[in-house]
Amino acid sequence: MAEARGLLEPRHEPWVTLPSFLWLVLLFAVPAVIVFAIALRPTDPWGGVGAGWTLETLRSLRNPSYPSILWRTLWLSALTTVLCLLLATPVAYVMARAPERWRHWLLLAVIVPFWTSFLVRIFAWKVLLHPEGGLKHLLVALRLVPADASLLYNAGAVLLVLVYTELPFAILPIYAAAEKFDFRLLEAARDLGASALRAFWSVFLPGIRRGLLTAMLVTLIPALGSYVVPDLVGGPTSEMLGNKIAQRTFVDRNLPHASALSALLALAVLLPSIGAIALERGRRVHGKEVQS
Amino acid sequence: MKRSLTPVLVTVGVLAFFYLPVVVLVLNSFNASRFGGEWTGFTFDWYRRLWQAREIWAALGNTLAIAAFATVASTVLGTTAALALDRFRSRLQDAHYLLVYAPLVVPEILMGMSLLLFFVALHLQLGYLTIVLSHVTFCVSYVTMVVLGRLQDFDWDLVEAAQDLGADAWTSARRVVLPLLAPGIAAGALLAFTLSVDDFVITFFVAGPGTTTLPLRIYSMIKHGSPPLINALSTLLLALTVITVWLSQRLLEEKE
Repeated sequence: MAEARGLLEPRHEPWVTLPSFLWLVLLFAVPAVIVFAIALRPTDPWGGVGAGWTLETLRSLRNPSYPSILWRTLWLSALTTVLCLLLATPVAYVMARAPERWRHWLLLAVIVPFWTSFLVRIFAWKVLLHPEGGLKHLLVALRLVPADASLLYNAGAVLLVLVYTELPFAILPIYAAAEKFDFRLLEAARDLGASALRAFWSVFLPGIRRGLLTAMLVTLIPALGSYVVPDLVGGPTSEMLGNKIAQRTFVDRNLPHASALSALLALAVLLPSIGAIALERGRRVHGKEVQS
Repeated sequence: MKRSLTPVLVTVGVLAFFYLPVVVLVLNSFNASRFGGEWTGFTFDWYRRLWQAREIWAALGNTLAIAAFATVASTVLGTTAALALDRFRSRLQDAHYLLVYAPLVVPEILMGMSLLLFFVALHLQLGYLTIVLSHVTFCVSYVTMVVLGRLQDFDWDLVEAAQDLGADAWTSARRVVLPLLAPGIAAGALLAFTLSVDDFVITFFVAGPGTTTLPLRIYSMIKHGSPPLINALSTLLLALTVITVWLSQRLLEEKE
């Protein structure tokens, strides 16, 4: 990189780096630190942040309703991620193997929901699952659900809509990896006697591992932090961590408590991210050893 | 060799899953029935009422103004960031990359919460200013990634050629680099604009009372308002989405 490229010389580095660098330090890194700092401050009775430092706020996380909310957040997010990967992988496979002309339309069909307003997509399901809505009428007519069943305001509705909103984000990275995959390897595996399922499992999936890992993170992380979906289609028995953060912030005006919950969420997000990076790095180091 | 039919069936199912709610929504926007359980006749009534709902159009105006500011600022910051990350390798750029990358993997609610606490700590009045500052912050990373992707196959020899022919740094930036990067920058700007227009969670945290944007308005309509009006509004937004996607595809394909 030492050769002169004419335009951007080393003395120009600060000029193109500092604007975005300083902006993000000030409005991303500093606010992130503030969350952890305010979690260690006392609450004042007027909805502000009190003076001095305390562990009281962290202790209040032992509120008996929290373990069940945290647990629900974790399993709903994990299940959303698993379902998204299960659905996204065959779709990405079909897209990558489709003839050029078809591939373009399939990609467009996945990108349109990706760009569609988040609230509109949630609202569409709220209409469909509504007690007077089409799906309810259909299911009752088919005698699949009793007439007094509620399709909305439960954990099932939250899961369904989470999968709906996250699925396009899972398909795109897997497709990007599958597009580069050499499908002749699958044929070779079949020629050597592997069944279709075996070839898919032992040749295709390892081949697109990075895409699967990215898809896992881009579904799991927003799911862990989801707030709007459980707020709009969930009920009191399907609240997630995000709902509690918003409730502490806007209803109870208890910012230290909301910060403590946010710090908890940050940990829940950080652990799988670090795990994924470590896994990827470990494999790479291991792979190099095998090669040398 | 016989290929399994299962992936194809899953794909058809997923596409139906994607579009069924959307189709129902669009149909219901022309349905005279209020809840859309059954078809009770064709009507343009909801669109007429939507046209008269002045608070929605005021919210749209705010949203577009916020998105315009956020797009310009984040496109400038994101483009310079991408140039720096592409051109230089140093400790500073490692930290820079981390700063650009991290906002992409942080849940929106954490970003909204942390920005709210930051503005409260600074005693900054919550309102349009805090919304624009927040939107610029999450858009910068997306613009940087799009422009960075575009820079990967950028031929820096062209700049050297221009300078050999006597162009100074400013002229070669303006006459060579910018035109060649323009489609990438435009795609980044379009993404920033869309993200800003669509953002609900972060805006919700930093808006403060009395400030409204279109997503905030839609959210309160979903909570308390009239479903058919949202159907009509959603249909218009969907049409806008399809046009935007088509436009961005054209921008990205231009080089091929």
